[in-house]
Amino acid sequence: MTNSKLIYLDNNATTKTDEKVIETMLPYFSEYYGNPSSIYEFGGKNAHKIKEARDKMRDFFGAESDKEIFFTASGSECANMAIRGLLASKHAAGKNHIITTKVEHPCVLNLYKHLAKEGYNVTYIGVNDKGELNTDELYNSVNDNTALVACMYANNETGAVFPVEQIAQKVKDINPEVKIYVDAVQAAGKIPLNVKNTQIDMMGVSGHKFHAPKGIGALYVNSSIVLEPLIYGGHQERGKRAGTENVPYIAGIAEAAQLAKDALNFEAVQVKRLRDKLETGLLNTVFNARLNSLAQNRVPNTTNIGFEFIEGELILLNMDEFGICASSGSACTSGSLDPSHVLKAMNVPFTALHGSIRFSLSRFTTEDEIDYTLKVMPSIIEKLAKISPFQKELSALKQKRGI
Amino acid sequence: MWDYSEKVIDHYKNPRNVGSIDNADAIGEAGSLSCGDMLKLYLKVDKSGIITDAKFQTFGCGSAVASSSILTEMIIGKHINEAKKITNKQIVDALGGLPPEKMHCSVMGHEALEAAIADYYKEDISLHTDANIVCNCFDISKSFLETEIKNNNLKTLEDVMNYTKAGGACGRCRGKIQEILNSINGVEKSTPKLTKTQLIIKINNVIEKYIAPELQKDGGNIELIDVDDNKVKVSLTGRCNTCTRSQLTLTHFVEDTLKKYADSNIEIVQV
Repeated sequence: MTNSKLIYLDNNATTKTDEKVIETMLPYFSEYYGNPSSIYEFGGKNAHKIKEARDKMRDFFGAESDKEIFFTASGSECANMAIRGLLASKHAAGKNHIITTKVEHPCVLNLYKHLAKEGYNVTYIGVNDKGELNTDELYNSVNDNTALVACMYANNETGAVFPVEQIAQKVKDINPEVKIYVDAVQAAGKIPLNVKNTQIDMMGVSGHKFHAPKGIGALYVNSSIVLEPLIYGGHQERGKRAGTENVPYIAGIAEAAQLAKDALNFEAVQVKRLRDKLETGLLNTVFNARLNSLAQNRVPNTTNIGFEFIEGELILLNMDEFGICASSGSACTSGSLDPSHVLKAMNVPFTALHGSIRFSLSRFTTEDEIDYTLKVMPSIIEKLAKISPFQKELSALKQKRGI
Repeated sequence: MWDYSEKVIDHYKNPRNVGSIDNADAIGEAGSLSCGDMLKLYLKVDKSGIITDAKFQTFGCGSAVASSSILTEMIIGKHINEAKKITNKQIVDALGGLPPEKMHCSVMGHEALEAAIADYYKEDISLHTDANIVCNCFDISKSFLETEIKNNNLKTLEDVMNYTKAGGACGRCRGKIQEILNSINGVEKSTPKLTKTQLIIKINNVIEKYIAPELQKDGGNIELIDVDDNKVKVSLTGRCNTCTRSQLTLTHFVEDTLKKYADSNIEIVQV
């Protein structure tokens, strides 16, 4: 990195832990380190802190009761606890059909692939070229044998928001016994959550996507659902997830949730304004930029842009020279040799697929940072375009776009 | 974050010999846009066969650009017959190593060089004209895989994917690649023991993909009833049920197909 400045535009990957969150957490390491299960005041105090945190998370989810909130270690654990826990429970007895989308996060997708091997009949629902879910396809696939629908709230790569409340309602209109899991990892802290008065049964969030540290998540489970635990042991988390509670991190995610909830308006207005400025700016000044994230309804912080005929990893490595961090759906960045399953499901053309870059902002992103990014991106792309073997195609694009 | 060597970083940051050559004496291409990387190599060769200039254009990641860039440095000044001897391993060594997942970038460099040399001699030895394509996603032939496996002493499926990309996308050809590996390395079939459910799923897939469609052509069908150890219990339905030659169908076609694709110990039992 030749520039000492760091411009972090990869907030869908993870976020900076808010200083206020760290402040809240610190006393619970070496000062109030008691076990919340202990009988004496020194431990019991921590049980009280957890209770307070659970109530803050209830408020964050917009849930009815504290008893519906379970702390986990990650968004992936939430998905596994909810999905596996439900399929092993009485709610899914005798049923072997499960539904999800083609664009889920791997924590759901790979779990479903594994469940298919275990014998479950799996339906994967597609998206249109804007990244919006084919909801009719979903409704048509629900049958008497369906146990579960797992659907993300917002997509991590495009930011597309799926109408999960409406989906939950319609699915239950078709078959009231189907349970609904919503992976809200990319929605939490960006748009309001409100599970109360919806037909959503379970919802998972991950702290580090909204300025809590990594290693803490929270799962909402409607009080009508009795999950089979994944981790047996002590009585913690009402017997659904054994293990001594991670008090500092629980305090941290609750603080982060409250800060995020308070900042929702800021996200919707200011973060969105900067995101739109970045997006429009890139599309107007970079001749081969193509907007991949065309969904009508999108979280306010995400944009996904394909730089045609240039490979994504090469773009990221060159952005890194300027201290700008983002991510790419190209095959080469993942090491899997296969480009983004999300962009492929959207039929993004090959010309833009491998050169797709996701920019994701946060409430800490500044106008200066966006201006700087807008200043350097055109020259990065110009430089890399010279290396591309697709000179004819690139100059045709240049002419067409007049940039 | 990839663990790139300093040499790789230097070459993708400051790629040498970028561009094209007008009136090039040879042009070689490898990869494609859909694969996610592509390299076009241009050579200028003098009368005595010395490569006097080389330029490249690459669509690809950091290591693809670095491989292309260093390749041009390696061949400029060399006689074309000397350049012909350069292997992908030499490209990797010159770069101070590549992450295993990125080995295919050096292979692409080597492929483009071979294609350029073939173009120089106007030979038609293009690697990919081989009709025997194993990996359709990346358009990779059997003969190419055999050469790469032998030259780089590749042992596992993962090695093959890292070096050639073959099998890295949809994965449908992984079985075939394993067979090629086995035939070259003489490995005894080390098929891990499948659980009963896994075996049933595998058998079912073979039936659906290879067996049922054939029987359906004759108005028949087949149903998997149970799997008990190596005994696969099936029932023939439709016209197969009344066909006098159904026993023949079972032993010759159904059993052989299952032995070939699912498990060599399978025995068919009609129920």
